[in-house]
Amino acid sequence: MNEKLAKNFAPGHSACAGCGFPAIIRAVLGEATDPVVVVNATGCMEVTSTLYPYTAWKVPYLHNAFENAAATVSGVERAYKALAKKGKIQKKIKFVAFGGDGGTYDIGLQALSGALERGHDFLYVCYDNGGYMNTGNQKSSATPYGAATETTPAGKDSFGKMTKRKNLMEIVNAHGIKYLAQANVAFLADLKQKAKKALETDGPSFLLVFQPCTNNWKFPTSDYVRLGKLATETNMWPLYEIENGNYVINYVPKEQRPIEEFLKGQGRFKHLAAPENKHVIAEMQQILNDDLARLMAKAKCE
Amino acid sequence: MTKKQTRLALTGGAAAAEALKHIDPDVMAVYPITPQTTIIETYAKFKADGEVTTEVIEVESEHSAISACVGASAAGARTVTATSSQGLALMHEILYIASGLRLPILLIDSARALAAPLNIHGDHSDVMGARDAGWIQIFSENGQEAYDNTIIGLKLAEKVKLPVMVIMDGFNTSHTVENLQVLDRETVQKFLGEYTPEHSLLNVDDPVTYGALALQNTYFEFKIAQAEAMQQAFADYKKVVHDYDKISGRFYDYFETYRLDEAERVIVIMGSTAGTAKDVVDRLREQGEKVGLVKINLFRPFPHAELAGVLSHVKSVAVLERAMSIGTYPPLYTEIVNTISHIEKNRPAVSSYIYSLGGREIYGKDIEKVFDDLAKGHISREIKYIGSK
Repeated sequence: MNEKLAKNFAPGHSACAGCGFPAIIRAVLGEATDPVVVVNATGCMEVTSTLYPYTAWKVPYLHNAFENAAATVSGVERAYKALAKKGKIQKKIKFVAFGGDGGTYDIGLQALSGALERGHDFLYVCYDNGGYMNTGNQKSSATPYGAATETTPAGKDSFGKMTKRKNLMEIVNAHGIKYLAQANVAFLADLKQKAKKALETDGPSFLLVFQPCTNNWKFPTSDYVRLGKLATETNMWPLYEIENGNYVINYVPKEQRPIEEFLKGQGRFKHLAAPENKHVIAEMQQILNDDLARLMAKAKCE
Repeated sequence: MTKKQTRLALTGGAAAAEALKHIDPDVMAVYPITPQTTIIETYAKFKADGEVTTEVIEVESEHSAISACVGASAAGARTVTATSSQGLALMHEILYIASGLRLPILLIDSARALAAPLNIHGDHSDVMGARDAGWIQIFSENGQEAYDNTIIGLKLAEKVKLPVMVIMDGFNTSHTVENLQVLDRETVQKFLGEYTPEHSLLNVDDPVTYGALALQNTYFEFKIAQAEAMQQAFADYKKVVHDYDKISGRFYDYFETYRLDEAERVIVIMGSTAGTAKDVVDRLREQGEKVGLVKINLFRPFPHAELAGVLSHVKSVAVLERAMSIGTYPPLYTEIVNTISHIEKNRPAVSSYIYSLGGREIYGKDIEKVFDDLAKGHISREIKYIGSK
């Protein structure tokens, strides 16, 4: 493997073929100009990168538990401050926490909120694959409306998940942090730019990164970039950033493609093709249009 | 050589805070809960007045308090926290991670009952719920011991690389003002020495992975290594308390024996009620009764062999404790029955008493009654509840 790519995160981890988070780790950490310490919530990234006696991490790394990556990184960051103050550490060090959507939107939300409010100097990266994928595809509050998971299966009385996704960007933004952005593993240049800005931010910063899951969305491993691109091309996952409260949309598709194009080829949406579920696709499109309109109003776009 | 000490009137909580002031840890993560708040409020004022350099993190829950402690300790910082009751219960998951990662975190617990029903008063239910979490547990009888054990506990934690829980009784100790002696910052700093961990997250030139995934082929050995470290803690504890004796003139063995010379009937107890029980022993001794007392200081690791040596000379033992283990015998009684099994011949009879759950009063006459039960041979496998209605 390219030495530069493997600088912080080695090959030989056991993530699924066609999984994007190794690319997310490399893109984000690759932008750091100072040494980095990583804290990781329990999840796919953690179990596939640290199987004892091996580790894929070439930077100092701490996994504590599922719901407490933000609280844990708070302690690491304050320890750094305490030891730097006493002259025991001279180097400048950056702190990055990674968590999946389960560990961030759901069980880790309180710890994240506390850490953001306290203003620790750290970057939190949530890789969002729309469910609890490490435990075999259960519904999280990031799972899209209409998606079938093992805990929201489609059936005679169900079209899959019957509630909308939680808007985590707005929740994080409500803490008044200086920089947060929504990115997508399929748009690496954009992700890198955002990681650079986030790492340069003084105080807490946040990245929400779209991460297609080949295993549980049920699509061929070669398709993750294509599906990631479609999420943004359909405006299901717009790329934008909020800097000091100002919204900027970073990419506007030339023509908005219908949500069906994103749904097609994913096993988790297969049931939506049934005639009785046709309304779900229309509702998904409506949810997406409403969310986009709200975002554009905030970004003062037409 | 024993140092000159200052005499102060402090609550147990303030005494622990005073010890923490002399320790001046790098990081303290805190969340309020009664009756622990006397510790963190006193410490917050030290910080506000510039008397300590600690980075204090006011987290949003006890779960985050102990999580931040894991982060800080793994980063090589001398790290402390304090809690009670529901707070310790909320920390439960991470207690095992702290000990599994071999992080020398010091936790001071103002022991309190667990809900439901809600009760803010003292008993040992909270710490007994954490007895299998791989933490060293040291009990304190009064404010003096809360002060001393805070310093002893931190030194021991760093020596054996295990987290330590220093326990005082909620309200009975945490909120009761006593006269006690304290050392000074310089002496305590010298006693503890500089903390230099073997590995640290902040040593970016030597990156280490903490919190790996260990499956069927490796997990078991990690747990055995922890058990071995806990065994090692016996010797390390002895060394630390002997060294502490040299600077303070106060010595705390695994347990304290009180008037055991020719004692036939003995009470085994932990925490603040030991004081009342000692008074009763004195009174009964004056009347010529052969009674004595053992107060457990070190509950984890539990000193079975040493205690068996002491109890092998007595006829009967009453175990008094402030916790239940609903569905079986209570924790300290279970330990003592195990201890007795180490005795080859003439094992003493053992009786189980539970007292003062949720802060219910216990009086000298109640303890006299226990000795009276032993004298009359009222010893059975039945658990007796002192002061219940």
